[in-house]
Amino acid sequence: MARQLTNAKPQDIKKTLSSFKSYAAHHALALGIVAILVIISTCVNLWGTFQIRTIINQYLGQGDFEGFVHFIGLMVIVYLIGATATAIYKQLMIHTSSKILKEIRRDLFHHLQKLPIGYFDTHTHGEIMSRFTNDLDTVQDALNNCFDTLIQSFIMIVGTLTLIFVLSWQLSLIVFVCMFIMYLIIQYLSKKSKLYFSKQQKAMGELNGYIEEMVDGIKVVKVFNHEKQSIEGFDQHNGKLQDAATNALTFSGRTIPTVVSLSYFNYALVTCLGGFLTIYGLMDLGSLSSYLVFVRQTAQPVNQFTQQLNFMLAALAGAERIFAVMEEKEEINQGAVSLTPVLKKEDGTLEECSQHTGYWAWRHVHADNTVELVPLQGDVRFHDVTFSYDGRTDVLKNVSLYAKPGQKIAFVGATGAGKTTITNLINRFYDVHQGSITYDGIDVKLIQKESLRHSISIVLQDTHLFTGTIADNIRYGKLDATLDEVIAAAKLANAHSFITHLPDGYDTMLSGDGANLSQGQRQLLAIARAAIADPPVLILDEATSSIDTRTEKLIEKGMDRLMENRTVFVIAHRLSTVRNANAIMVLDHGEIIERGDHDELIAQKGRYYQLYTGQFELE
Amino acid sequence: MIHRLLPYAKKYQKYFLLATLCVIGECVFELVIPVLMSDIIDYGVMNQDTHFIIVNGLLMMGCALIAFLLGSLYARYAAIAGQGFGAALRKDVYEKIQDFSFANTDHFSTSSLITRLTSDVNILQNAICNGFRPLIRSPFMLLLALLFTFTINAQLALVFLIATPVLGIGLFVIVRRVGPLYKLMQSSIDSINTVVQENLSAIRVVKSYVKEGYEEEKFEKINEQLKKHSESAFRISVWNMPLFQYVMYPTIVAILYFGGTMILAGTMQVGELTGFLSYVMQILNSLMMMSNVFLMLTRSIASQERIVEVLDEVVDIKDSGNTELQIQHGTIDFNHVYFKYKSTAKEYVLSDIDLHIPQGSTLGILGGCGSAKTSLVQLIPRLYDVSEGEITIDDHNVKEYSVEHLRECVGMVLQKNVLFSGTIRDNLLWGNPNADEKELDWACKIACADEFINRFLDHYDTDLGQGGVNISGGQKQRLCIARALLKKPKILILDDSTSAVDTASEATIRKGLASLKDTTKIIIAQRVSSVLHADQILILDDGKINAVGTHEELLQNNPIYQELYYSQLEGAGL
Repeated sequence: MARQLTNAKPQDIKKTLSSFKSYAAHHALALGIVAILVIISTCVNLWGTFQIRTIINQYLGQGDFEGFVHFIGLMVIVYLIGATATAIYKQLMIHTSSKILKEIRRDLFHHLQKLPIGYFDTHTHGEIMSRFTNDLDTVQDALNNCFDTLIQSFIMIVGTLTLIFVLSWQLSLIVFVCMFIMYLIIQYLSKKSKLYFSKQQKAMGELNGYIEEMVDGIKVVKVFNHEKQSIEGFDQHNGKLQDAATNALTFSGRTIPTVVSLSYFNYALVTCLGGFLTIYGLMDLGSLSSYLVFVRQTAQPVNQFTQQLNFMLAALAGAERIFAVMEEKEEINQGAVSLTPVLKKEDGTLEECSQHTGYWAWRHVHADNTVELVPLQGDVRFHDVTFSYDGRTDVLKNVSLYAKPGQKIAFVGATGAGKTTITNLINRFYDVHQGSITYDGIDVKLIQKESLRHSISIVLQDTHLFTGTIADNIRYGKLDATLDEVIAAAKLANAHSFITHLPDGYDTMLSGDGANLSQGQRQLLAIARAAIADPPVLILDEATSSIDTRTEKLIEKGMDRLMENRTVFVIAHRLSTVRNANAIMVLDHGEIIERGDHDELIAQKGRYYQLYTGQFELE
Repeated sequence: MIHRLLPYAKKYQKYFLLATLCVIGECVFELVIPVLMSDIIDYGVMNQDTHFIIVNGLLMMGCALIAFLLGSLYARYAAIAGQGFGAALRKDVYEKIQDFSFANTDHFSTSSLITRLTSDVNILQNAICNGFRPLIRSPFMLLLALLFTFTINAQLALVFLIATPVLGIGLFVIVRRVGPLYKLMQSSIDSINTVVQENLSAIRVVKSYVKEGYEEEKFEKINEQLKKHSESAFRISVWNMPLFQYVMYPTIVAILYFGGTMILAGTMQVGELTGFLSYVMQILNSLMMMSNVFLMLTRSIASQERIVEVLDEVVDIKDSGNTELQIQHGTIDFNHVYFKYKSTAKEYVLSDIDLHIPQGSTLGILGGCGSAKTSLVQLIPRLYDVSEGEITIDDHNVKEYSVEHLRECVGMVLQKNVLFSGTIRDNLLWGNPNADEKELDWACKIACADEFINRFLDHYDTDLGQGGVNISGGQKQRLCIARALLKKPKILILDDSTSAVDTASEATIRKGLASLKDTTKIIIAQRVSSVLHADQILILDDGKINAVGTHEELLQNNPIYQELYYSQLEGAGL
C-alpha cells in the first residue's frame, strides 16, 4: 500500500524499541514461537526451490524413478510442515499483536488521564487524537504484517544469496552488483518521492483547512448566497491538490517498474552468462535451472524488504510519538492530607469511620506520624499568589483574598484578566509558584488531588456532556446516586421540567456532546451535575452565561439553594448575577484593582461602575 | 456501492484506459521473458549455439526496457486518472453540500460533513489508486500465464485447472467472511474515537469530578471490544497466506512429479519444466493480489457508504427558479404558521404564528431560551420551510421567489456567526462584492464598527486570520452587522447580534438602523433595551405568540414583559 508517510523517520529508534520491549516482553514466548515458525516456513520455501536442482540432476538426469518418487514424497511432507507453520504463526501473530495493541491503547489512555491540564492546554485535541488513530494504526499494521514479513524477506534474501553463491559464485557476483544497484535506486527514489509527498501533504492541508472553514460556516455562506464563490475557492485548492498528488504518485509509481525491469535485466544477463558457463562445462544444467529460479525470486524479497522497512520506520515513528505521550510527566500528586468521612461525637470531637456519615474531615498525617483531623468547611485563602503559565508573563500578580465558609466571592474583569486562572489554581489544575493557597488552613499542595477535587465542584462555561442518558450525565457528579437523588438535583437546577418533556425523560440518550439539547438546557444539566456532587466549595465559571435572564430568574431559587452553606466562587459576564456576592473582585491584568460589595463598588464610581452602567465593553 | 461512485471516473476514462493498456503491455513483456529464458536453455545451451544465446539475451533486455517504459507511463496515467477521480468526487460532494438546506446540514452535523469530505474521500481514493494496478494486472496475468503453460505442455497445465479454482474459491470465502467483520471493527474504532474525543474536550470536568478511573473503565470496555473485533477480522483475513501455500506447494509437487515422469519418458524438456515452475508463482500470486484488492476495497466500504449518503441526501428546499418575481417593498406576513424541524417530531416548535410586519417597521422579539425565536426568523429567508401555513413577502408566498433573490433581499445576522480568514475588507465584501470605499464606510458607520476599524493600522485591510488582530466578540458582531448591511437588504434580521456590544455602541447602532427607513427590521434580543423603541414587540413563549404590542402597551398589561423589564432595569443601565 502506498500509504503517505509523513514524519516517517523516527528520531531515536533505540529508545523507542526499548519502550516497545516492555510490551513485547509479556508476549516473549508467543513472539519467539512466531519467529521460529517464520524461520521454518521460510526455510521450507527456500529448500523447495533449491531441491529442483537435486531432482533434475540426481534423479531425472540419471533416470532414477524410484528415488524420484521417494524424494517427491519427502517434499510433500516438508511442504506440509511449511504451510502449517505459516498458518500457525499468522494466527498467533494476530492474536499477540491484538493483545499488545490493546495494552498500548489502554496505557496511553490511562496515562492521558494522569497528565496535568497544562498538557491539554498546550496540545490540540486533533494532535492527541492522532496518537489514537493514525499512530496506533501504523503500529497495528506493522505488528500484523511487518514482523513476520521482515524476518521472512531477510532470510529469503540471505538464504537466496548464500544458495546462489554456492551454486555459482561467478554468476553471483553479477547478481550482487545488480541487487546493490537496485537497493541504491530504491533508496534514492523513496527519498525523492518524500519530497513530492510533502508538497502533496501541504496542498492537502490547505484544502482541508478551506473545507473546514467553509463547511463550518456553511450557514453564513447560504445566508449570503455565497455558494458560487465558495465553490470557486474550493476548485482552486482542489486543483492544486490534484496536481501535487498526481506528481507525487507518478513519481512514486515509477519505483516498482524500475526495480522490476532492473531485475529482468539482471535475469537476462545471468541467463546468457550462465548459458555460456554451461556450454564451457563450468556449470551443469540443473544448477543453471534452479539458479535462474532463484534469481527471479531475489527481486521480490528485496522489494518487499525495503517496503516493509519503510512501514516499519513509519510505525516506529508512530510508536515514538505514542511513547512520548506516555513519558510526559504526570500530575504531581503527593500529599499527606486526604478526605475521610467522620463521626461527630457529642463533645464535638471527630472520629474517623468508614461509612458515609455526611460529615467529612481532612486527615492530616504529620511528619511525626500523628494524625490530625480537620473538619471540612470550605475556607479558601490566597496568600500573595503570583502565577504565570509560561514562566515569563505573570497572569496573576500578588493576589490575596479569603473566602470564609459559606461566602460568595465574585470575579469580574475582561477576558485575559486572570479570572479563570484563579479557579484553575484552587483545584490545582495548575500549581502556584509564588505565594500559597490554603483550604481549611491546609496548603492545597499538601492535599491529595482526588480529595481536593472531591471537595470542589466546578460548572464551566462550555458544558461538556457525555454519550449516555441524561441520568448518566447528572450522575457523573456522584456515580452511586439513586434516581431520586438525580431527580432532586435536576429539580434544584430547574432542569426537571424540560427533561420530563423529552421523549424518554431521564433515559433520553444524548449523543455528540448533547447536540440535541439547547445550550441553556445543557448548562442546566451541568448545574444539576454539580448539585449532586454536594461539595463544600463551588466554582461557577460563567455558568449561567448561556441562560437568558428569564430562565436565570427561574433557576435563581435553585442556584440559591445550591449555593447555600457553600463557599462559592463566581465568574460572570453578566453583572446582575454577581450583585449579591459577599465580595466582588474586579480583576485587570492579573491584579485586583477593586474589591468590595456591590454597593461599595458602585459608590466608588470606578471600573465596576463603568462596567455596570455599560460604559465599558467586556471581552 | 462502488457503481454509485464510478461515474466520477468517466471524465478520466481516457486515462484509465491508457493505464489499463500500459499494464497489459507490461504483463505481456514480463511473460515473454521466461519464454525467452527457457529457449536459451533448451536450444542455446543444448545446441551450444552462442549466437542464439546472445540474441535472445539481448531480446530479454529489450523486453525489460519496454516493460520499464510502459510501467512508467502507467504510473503517470494512473496518477492522473486516480487523482482526477478523487478530485471530481470531492468537488461533487462539496457542491452537494453547498446545495444543502439548514435542515440537511443539521441532519449530518458540520463536523461529520467535514470528515466525509476529507478523510473518507481520501480513503476511497487511496483504495482505488492502490487497487487499480493489481486489479487489471492479476486477471490478465492469470489468463496469459495459463495460456503459456498450455502452449508449453497442455497435459501438465491441467494441474492449474484444479489449483486455480481451489485457491480462488478459498480466497473468495475469506473476502466474503471478512466484510461484515471489518464493519464491526470500524464501528468499534468509531466508539473508541468518541470516548477519547469526549474525554479530551471534557478533561476539566473529568478531573474536577475525579472520574479518571471511571473513564478508564469505560475506555477499557470498548478497548476490549475493539480488540475482539479486530482480532476476529484479521484472523480470517490472514488465512490467505497459508491458504496460498497449501495450494501452491501441492501444485509445485504435482508439476515436479508429472513433469519429472514426462522427462523420464522423454516427452518433455528440462527447460520446459523450469519455465513451467516459474508460472506457478505468477498464476497463484495473481489470485492473491486480487483477493488483497478486494480486502482493501471492503475496508473502504464504510467510507463509500458515508460519501454516498451525502450525495443521496434529498435537498428539502425546492427552488421556484422564478427570476421575474421581485421583492419590491418588504412587507412580511405570517399566516397561521406552524413549524417543526423534523416531520416525525411530535410537537411543533412554532404554533399558529400570525403576524403582520409592515414595510420599514421594526419588530423586536423577546422570549426565553427555547422559545423558538431563532426558528421564527429563519423561516423568512427559507433557511427552513414552514410545516403548515404560509409566509408571504409583498403578498407572495416566499416559496414563489427564487431562493437566490429571496436571500439577496433578506440580510440576516446569525446568532452563531462566523467571519472567515482574510482581511476585514474580504469579509465585508461578502455582502456586496462590488461595494466601494464609500459604501464600506457607510455600513461600518451604521454598525458602529468604524471607530475600531480606524484604530487598526491597515484599516479595512487588516488581516483577521491567524497571527492577525484578535478582535473581541463585540467587534466581531459589529462586523457581521456591517457585512449584512452591505447587501442593502429590503429586510434585515438581527438574531441576538448585539449581545456582546456595550450599551453605548448598541444605542448608536440602534439609531443608525432607524435611519434605514425603507428596510423592514427584525431584532431578536436578550435585553429589553435593545428592542424598547421598536414599532412592535413580540413576546414568544414556548413557540406561541404570547403578546404583540409597543413597549408602553406591553409594560401595562403583559406580565412576562414586565418581569423582564424590571429585572433588567437595574442591571444593564437602561
